[in-house]
Amino acid sequence: MAEPLLRVEKLVRRFGGITATDHVSLDVSAGELHAIIGPNGAGKTTLISQLTGHLSPHAGSVSLGGRDITYLPAYRRCALGLARSFQITSLLLDFTAADNVALAAQAHAGTSFRFFANARKERSLRDAAHAALDRVGLSHRADVVVSRLSHGERRELELAVALASKPKILLLDEPMAGLGVTESQRMVKLLQDLRKEVSIVLVEHDMPAVFALADRISVLVYGRVIASGDPAAIRGNDEVKRAYLGDQHVVTRHG
Amino acid sequence: MKALTVSKAVTALVLAGLVLLPLYSQLSGNIFILTLFTRIVILALAAASLNLIMGYGGMMSFGHAAYLGIGGYAVGILAQEGVGSGFIQFPVALAASALYALVIGALSLRTRGVYFIMITLAFAQMAYYVASGLARYGGDDGLTVYKRSDFSGLINLSGRVQFYYLCLACLLGVIFLIWRIVNSRFGLVVQGLRSNEQRMQAIGFPAKRYQLVCFVISGTMCGLAGALLANNTDFVSPAVMYWTRSGDLMVMVILGGMGTLFGPVMGAVVYLLLEEFLSQITEYWALIMGPLLLLIVLFGRGGIMGLLGRAGRG
Repeated sequence: MAEPLLRVEKLVRRFGGITATDHVSLDVSAGELHAIIGPNGAGKTTLISQLTGHLSPHAGSVSLGGRDITYLPAYRRCALGLARSFQITSLLLDFTAADNVALAAQAHAGTSFRFFANARKERSLRDAAHAALDRVGLSHRADVVVSRLSHGERRELELAVALASKPKILLLDEPMAGLGVTESQRMVKLLQDLRKEVSIVLVEHDMPAVFALADRISVLVYGRVIASGDPAAIRGNDEVKRAYLGDQHVVTRHG
Repeated sequence: MKALTVSKAVTALVLAGLVLLPLYSQLSGNIFILTLFTRIVILALAAASLNLIMGYGGMMSFGHAAYLGIGGYAVGILAQEGVGSGFIQFPVALAASALYALVIGALSLRTRGVYFIMITLAFAQMAYYVASGLARYGGDDGLTVYKRSDFSGLINLSGRVQFYYLCLACLLGVIFLIWRIVNSRFGLVVQGLRSNEQRMQAIGFPAKRYQLVCFVISGTMCGLAGALLANNTDFVSPAVMYWTRSGDLMVMVILGGMGTLFGPVMGAVVYLLLEEFLSQITEYWALIMGPLLLLIVLFGRGGIMGLLGRAGRG
């Protein structure tokens, strides 16, 4: 079997007495969409943060394309082809949508220690930005300041920003969070398109979306992976049902 | 669009006033006003340099007056040691400021928020006490610059009008540079870091090195203001580095409008004219000045430039 694109081995992260990530191992091969699900507080975001480099693990390793990146800072990982979206939208609020995406393109197109030429007039950066905005269906909002975009549009912009860095692997932390029904459907459709081009690690609460999209699913409970497999296997797994799906269904019915 | 024209019109008016001021001074025989405005222009330059890191970069440096002192002492000390050439004094002033900014920046940028403010303040106070301890160069009493920087016939700094125009040219040159910088790749990165550092790291920008370079550029520009200031007053003392002076510069930037090109100029003009005017009326001018500034900051969010923008929108 080929070397997986992303390999996580025995990752451990503690916060005081709580082990938020407890010997987590998982592989993501090229072209795969790997979903990570789990109840609230299972440590999903903690895990993602260690993959992106915003948090250091206490033990274990992360490698990307065979290269150990466990302790590389976030910006170096990004340069190696790892891009992320944030669970809570994290954008440059006082910049336009196009500026947000163009900056991501700029980070991967030569040095940014250029002090004199107007960066907003660099054709290649603007084109890359518009291509990425087009990809997520936001090109008509390119010149709008982010603070004036709707929540749904910001989620899509997060994705465009991640895409503009031409990543090998996308880490998406709850891209559907807070989206309405139609917006969610659009997002699912978008991800279905994107997964043909790039490997994706998807952390998501929206179960129908996860089961529709994922090649493989890992279930995280109390920081541990209790099951990993294709959607059918996960759906049939008793431990998963007990620990997670059952509760979640009750919650969604009431919510 | 109308909003743009109002603030632009006022800016153009103020700039035209600055350009024509020597003419007025000559015609009216009012020499004092030229001296006053030379000082205003120099401090506007210092405020503009502070605005680059504070307004555009989001780095609240509370020690910017240190560069006024460093630039000034570079001129004063070299003059005292017999090096009168401006071609040496000015580059040394800029280089010394850049070096100080590099060291201070590298240390200070490890911190954020209030800690950054406090540490830049602390370093500036250290510079203040070092200057006070320079017994050979006047210590607490300061150092008289007996001869202004000599640019061997190119320009005579002792000519009031010539010197004023030199300062104004430096101010406009620096604003032009800042304008280019904030719209460049580098400038967008620095402003992005002000807006959301975590996001910028995630898309692949190492925050600190961009901020440090910006910090050094800003400090170097302010060092130029310091060299000019020493020539203007023929004197340099530790007092120019005192923390209240750093505070004055911050007030000018906030008053004029942070992150706007000409805001610091507006701020410096209004602040220093008010100070001049009020101190003629009463000894307790600060009692009036304080509340006045509070009002402008409270009700004029975005400073003078912000007010002008809103006035245009009606």
